[in-house]
Amino acid sequence: MTGLSDTYQLTKRSVKRNFRLPQLLVFSSIQPVIFLLLFNYVFGGAFSGQSSESYINFLLPGILAQTALFGSIQTGVGLAEDLNKGAIDRLRSLPIARYAVLLGRTLADATRNLFVLILMISVGYLLGFRASEGWMSFISALALVLLFAYAFSWVSANLGMLLKDSETVQVAGFLWVFPMVFASSVFVPVETMPGWLQAFANNQPVTQVVNAVRHLTRGGVVDGSDYVWITLAWIAGVIFVFAPLAVYQYRKFNK
Amino acid sequence: MDNNAILAKSVSRKYGSLLALDKVSLSAEKGKVTALLGPNGAGKTTLIKTMTTLLVPDKGEIFVDGIDVLKNPDKVRSHFGLAGQFAAIDEYLTGRESLEMVGRLYDLSIKEAKNRAKEVLEKLGLTSAANRQAKTYSGGMRRRLDLGASLVAYPKVLFLDEPTTGLDPRTRFQLWDIIRDLVKSGTTILLTTQYLDEADALADKIYVIDKGKMIAEGTSEQLKKSLGKDVVEVKLQTNQISKAKNLISGQFKSRVEVDELTRRMRIRTVKGGDDLLKVANILKDARIKPEEIGLHRPTLDDVFLAITDEKAGKK
Repeated sequence: MTGLSDTYQLTKRSVKRNFRLPQLLVFSSIQPVIFLLLFNYVFGGAFSGQSSESYINFLLPGILAQTALFGSIQTGVGLAEDLNKGAIDRLRSLPIARYAVLLGRTLADATRNLFVLILMISVGYLLGFRASEGWMSFISALALVLLFAYAFSWVSANLGMLLKDSETVQVAGFLWVFPMVFASSVFVPVETMPGWLQAFANNQPVTQVVNAVRHLTRGGVVDGSDYVWITLAWIAGVIFVFAPLAVYQYRKFNK
Repeated sequence: MDNNAILAKSVSRKYGSLLALDKVSLSAEKGKVTALLGPNGAGKTTLIKTMTTLLVPDKGEIFVDGIDVLKNPDKVRSHFGLAGQFAAIDEYLTGRESLEMVGRLYDLSIKEAKNRAKEVLEKLGLTSAANRQAKTYSGGMRRRLDLGASLVAYPKVLFLDEPTTGLDPRTRFQLWDIIRDLVKSGTTILLTTQYLDEADALADKIYVIDKGKMIAEGTSEQLKKSLGKDVVEVKLQTNQISKAKNLISGQFKSRVEVDELTRRMRIRTVKGGDDLLKVANILKDARIKPEEIGLHRPTLDDVFLAITDEKAGKK
């Protein structure tokens, strides 16, 4: 299985990049921590008047999903960078499996996401977050967020190969990630939004994954396990569509 | 095919409406250096890309190490090495890590990959920088590391796309030495360059490409001979150039070129030494004292300018 070995080598390559590029590590770890602190202390007071749940317990599952999704933007950014520096051409001239470059990149970004998520959970714990549903559920929640971000890494990979410029990919990434994160149940309950926005917020994938994670870490979500299944369906659907599309785009570079 | 490590037959490729390659043919003999010479945008990189599976041509046939590149792209990739124009190295990996990774990607065992990386680093004089991230490397070191990556798997055929563009002269000569060493060990090399002296110094055979078309081929000697004529070069004082030009033009059929900036006049001759004396006498009779006067064989620059002029003239 040289495809697996190739994928391993290219994953290692991108993991090293992710952890050695200081600006990338700062961007992907310190920024979400600042988000967490800001939102917790800025929104926390307003929120606690309306709910018996402490805000950090509500916020952390949302911030985890947000962080992971922001992290997946980097898949496209990294690919565009490799394209421009000629690294992709070099790799395409080597006798390696065609999918290995993309698989390596997305797996490396999942590794970084895991690192950042653990950091976020640790900071969340210091701020008072406590999971109440047991270890198994907690680890399932973490896995669900990771898989969710992994699926969207493939969307981002497509953008990276389509736009071919790392800064453009970064901006475009925020364009689709911001509305998805803010028009969701990440920061506030969806019921507080206007009706037309609720229709979007209730049905888009970020709300599903956030509600699923709340169910798995804190319980008390109505029809909580449904959200887990719907999230898994989203993950499967997104990978099913965007992974083959990405491989197709990659193959098309020789045209 | 037998004696050719690279063979391209009538390769054409369009980018939109631009004909980047127009029925280009090329053959590179085993164990020799073949140079593809041309200005920016001539189609050099495009041709290399079609030969290394990065780009599918619209028409034509390509064989590398006897393998049909268009029919068996996956098979042929383990038979060549490619060092591209932009030194596509991984900045955040150390030199050693880069080469070991490439070795593993070529399916060398872990031990082989380690040994080979060490060997290549030594060969290219990068041993002392082996454990530093490549982002700390100088331009010349980057090129060497990029070249190194293409050498890891002992390729029989090596494609070098402008290996020395942008390097200082000393670093260029270092790379030339490395290329000569590789040829000694039996590697076939196809290199592209915009420098005539580079093709002259390294290549056994030279192809000249311009605007997507092959416009000349041959050894460096053949190309110079095809122009056939030695050149008399005279350096004059500025105020005497036009007078001298008029006098000499009257007695020579060939064109007299003047470069005002360097104050040099160049006359393509038929009879070499006799013509040198003739020019000297004309100047002497007119009491014009040249600062320098001499006869030299045409350089590849002369050849290239002559060929491209000729082609442009025909259109």
